[in-house]
Amino acid sequence: MATSNFISAVTQALKEEMERDDGVFVLGEDVGAKGGVFRATEGLYEQFGELRVLDTPLAESAIAGVGIGAAMYGLRPVAEMQFADFMLPAVNQIISEAAKIRYRSNNDWDVPITVRAPYGGGIHGALYHSQSLEALFASTPGLKVVIPSTPYDVKGLLKAAIRDPDPVLFFEHKKAYRLIKGEVPEEDYTVPIGTADVKREGEDVTVMTYGLCVHFALEAAEKLEAEGISTHVLDLRTVYPLDHAAVVEAARHTGKILLVTEDNKEGSVLNEAAATIAENCLFDLDAPVERLAAPDVPAMPYASPLEKHYMMNTEKVEKAIRELAEF
Amino acid sequence: MTKEITMPQLGESVTEGTITQWLVKPGDNVKKYDPIAEVDTDKVNAEVPSSYTGTIEELVASEHTTVQVGDLIAYIKAEGESSAADEQPQNEGGQQEQEPAKQAEPSMKKRYSPAVLALAQEHNIDLEAITGTGRGGRITRKDVEKVMAADEKPAAASEPAPQTEPTPVQEAGSSEEVIPVTGARKAIAANLSKSMQEIPHAWTMVEVDVTDIVRYREQVKETFQEQEGIPLTFMPFFMQAVTAGLRKYPQLNASWRGDHIIRKKEINLSMAIATEETLYVPVLANADEKNMRGMARGLHALAEKTRQGALTSDDMRGGTFTLNNTGSFGSVQSMPIINPPQAAILSVESIVKRPVVKGDDMIAIRHMVNLCLSLDHRVLDGLICGRFLAYVKEQLENFDRGTFEI
Repeated sequence: MATSNFISAVTQALKEEMERDDGVFVLGEDVGAKGGVFRATEGLYEQFGELRVLDTPLAESAIAGVGIGAAMYGLRPVAEMQFADFMLPAVNQIISEAAKIRYRSNNDWDVPITVRAPYGGGIHGALYHSQSLEALFASTPGLKVVIPSTPYDVKGLLKAAIRDPDPVLFFEHKKAYRLIKGEVPEEDYTVPIGTADVKREGEDVTVMTYGLCVHFALEAAEKLEAEGISTHVLDLRTVYPLDHAAVVEAARHTGKILLVTEDNKEGSVLNEAAATIAENCLFDLDAPVERLAAPDVPAMPYASPLEKHYMMNTEKVEKAIRELAEF
Repeated sequence: MTKEITMPQLGESVTEGTITQWLVKPGDNVKKYDPIAEVDTDKVNAEVPSSYTGTIEELVASEHTTVQVGDLIAYIKAEGESSAADEQPQNEGGQQEQEPAKQAEPSMKKRYSPAVLALAQEHNIDLEAITGTGRGGRITRKDVEKVMAADEKPAAASEPAPQTEPTPVQEAGSSEEVIPVTGARKAIAANLSKSMQEIPHAWTMVEVDVTDIVRYREQVKETFQEQEGIPLTFMPFFMQAVTAGLRKYPQLNASWRGDHIIRKKEINLSMAIATEETLYVPVLANADEKNMRGMARGLHALAEKTRQGALTSDDMRGGTFTLNNTGSFGSVQSMPIINPPQAAILSVESIVKRPVVKGDDMIAIRHMVNLCLSLDHRVLDGLICGRFLAYVKEQLENFDRGTFEI
């Protein structure tokens, strides 16, 4: 099996889906000849031509709107938002149109669009290149919000997103792009949307998280193993709608739960996990449900020490797990 | 090494003090904590202790001057190596106050998490006998699971019993057998001792002629068994009559709370059900909403669950009055102990045939039963209980098929 980095898995999934289905096309800023600012669409323009790899103006609302129209027409667009931070002009298209059309038309119409967007910080991107926007979309039935953590999941989930009959938002942590490597099978496979995945089995503390933070949790778990603390890591993978059954099962498994996100604490998607645990697991809990998240300040700071303080990292997760284990 | 001695914090709100008298002079040798000066503050008159062992070098503050807390008052040449404690002389006063607070980290031994409580209850584990490994000695879910893995009951496990409790094992001679007291037995012992110690029990009894009920049951019990699949015992008749009594005299359906009495609106009958080892009192909730069939079914279900050890904490909760079937083991008279926080308990004794004097001084052979009532005399008096019993008796004796419709 070939080892691939996170972003090559994105490219691989796009390429294979475009080869498999003529209806699949990508659109976004600089996705064509340039191959995307992060090189996610590298080689696609050359292989599939300008009619299936569309460079768009700097207008996120149009990228989403054109994609939605094409999707309703029967195509399978994969729209790239250059940074999740710049999705806000497209929010009306996504929430008010894409998410609601199936319901509004009583199943006559559907919107099988995938919207990809790099999110997250820790790359010195400051206020407008570091945001986590998943919580913004995580209360809109009709949308699915996927945030993969490994190259394997990237390929499988992106393929599943493209084949999904409804709109899927696909957030990729930009720091993970070239940092995270893993095995990616060359053959065609999908990973089901809506299912969480146990990334590590453990007995003392359950960590639930998603995206890049999964790796912080896994690294922390590895370190703590030496101290005799065994950590169970659940990768949520789809943050909306949440895999409630997996959350409940993982919570019951140890009774001590740490929820980790890079997003601000109040209002993050983890709160749904916390509420689900509170509703279902009272008599399994052995400690308060803990959340580890960014402080509630408006943005990822630019100054390096402040960014480091704000950003999630392995040490923070390790400390929080240890404290729960010792509780 | 020369160190500073500063004005210590002599009280929470004290900000300054006046040195009334120096107790040392330069060149004096002092030990750590020896008094070196007398200080007068607006709250206390106190002595300033030396922060170090050593030789006084200089008295900086003169007598009768007022000095701010934390200000320098003297120099001392400290002896020996500077220790970590010596690094913070200015904190000396404050530190002494803080230290006990640090040591007194609250014990978490009895802070049980829902998971720990649930496991302990389900598996009949005595938490008092477990040594917690969590913060502050808290018993963690893992601690309980370990005990479960080692043995279902901690007393049988190899863990030493806590020292606060005498271990009967050591006292037992060879002619005696030691039965460890755990789980339900321990709970029964604690509850009933507390009940007897705290509740002023009073006791009363009535004789009831249940001949009509015995005959009626004889007639319908086979049909009942066929239709319902469960036997028709006498208990549901008594439950029905007692529930009617409680509805008429809600004073007995109550609870003593020190400065007030709680009168319960729901009638939830705690039914004493014995197993070989122990006694459970699961609850038949909302008895006043049930007919005879409902009573019989509910009681049967509780008895089955008790036998199978399948009672949950929900089954045990919320009882407002206890019924005790002492007749089942042949008793004709008993003085039941109240099941706190309830206000009364009633025992149904054996139904026995006895010659009784009826109507016009005739002697007849009748099916008689004694109903024994223990009451919390803080909540209830004899009069109301007498009326209650008379009403229950009347329900049972003036047998009316309507009341006991199957």
